[in-house]
Amino acid sequence: MEGQLAHIGAGIAGLGTGIAALGVGNVAGNFLAGALRNPSAAAGQTATLFIGIAFAEALGIFSFLVALLLMFAV
Amino acid sequence: MATETTGEKSGLVFHPMDQFIVEPLFGNGPVTWYTPTNVTLWMGLAVVGVILLLVMGTRRRAIVPSRTQSVAELAYGFIHKMVEDVAGKDALVFFPYIMTLFMFIVFANFLGLVPTAFTTTSHFAVTIILALAVFLTVTIVGFVKHGMKFLGLFWVDSAPLALRPILAVIELISYFVRPVSHSIRLAGNLMAGHAVIKVFAGFAALALVSPLSVLAVTAMYGLEVLVSFIQAYVFTILTCVYLKDALHPSH
Repeated sequence: MEGQLAHIGAGIAGLGTGIAALGVGNVAGNFLAGALRNPSAAAGQTATLFIGIAFAEALGIFSFLVALLLMFAV
Repeated sequence: MATETTGEKSGLVFHPMDQFIVEPLFGNGPVTWYTPTNVTLWMGLAVVGVILLLVMGTRRRAIVPSRTQSVAELAYGFIHKMVEDVAGKDALVFFPYIMTLFMFIVFANFLGLVPTAFTTTSHFAVTIILALAVFLTVTIVGFVKHGMKFLGLFWVDSAPLALRPILAVIELISYFVRPVSHSIRLAGNLMAGHAVIKVFAGFAALALVSPLSVLAVTAMYGLEVLVSFIQAYVFTILTCVYLKDALHPSH
């Protein structure tokens, strides 16, 4: 029973990665909006884009980690 | 990998996570730290690939570069510019280390895409070592360069005094969580991508959906080629960001 509950918890924790996807999409979408307004400045900001995406994704990774821990460690 | 056990309760012909099992290369003995396994093999192949590209690329240097030389020069220039732009000119001392990291991860990722290959970077045990090495390097560099002033990284001077202790706790947590997110981002992305490919491949056993499944595998494979490069790029650029924090700890 407890193992099954852990699996349900892992599924719920997995939702967090989907919510992090919203954040990543937000970063990329805003970058594109800015890049279309001023395409000449866009090329220099791709590094910032990827850093932003990485930081937004980091919090989704924690929920993925929680899901993994519930699946295999609990 | 594809053991025909159709009577399994999962309904798939093979389990999608079977591709990540670490097995000894010779015999069926227990896996200890010195056992040559398929991880060892594919890591070694990645290292050989890097050496081949860079040595062959610079063997016969010509004004009009050969294809191998162009690729080697492209990779070199790409990472050199990234280190210079993101971490600053004085971080170029660490360029060889960052170049090594990038080339190894890129080769391990792309070799993992070869059918029936083993993706070494899909294992947390591999990426956590890479991330911990970066974390330790950055921390040691910070303390050597700035001494105790490096701790100013956690004490945000620009914030109001009442907020500073709270911010210090948050900064401390985010600093020590770095190797975790750094490593799991790489391993998680690769593992998830390869597992998804295997799940779609498992559906190919049903004749009705098999054309769709082949299409999905092809599409996912294309995405994975992209992800392999982007994750290596992200890993490298985050190393540069952490290095910048250590070299110039002011906010």
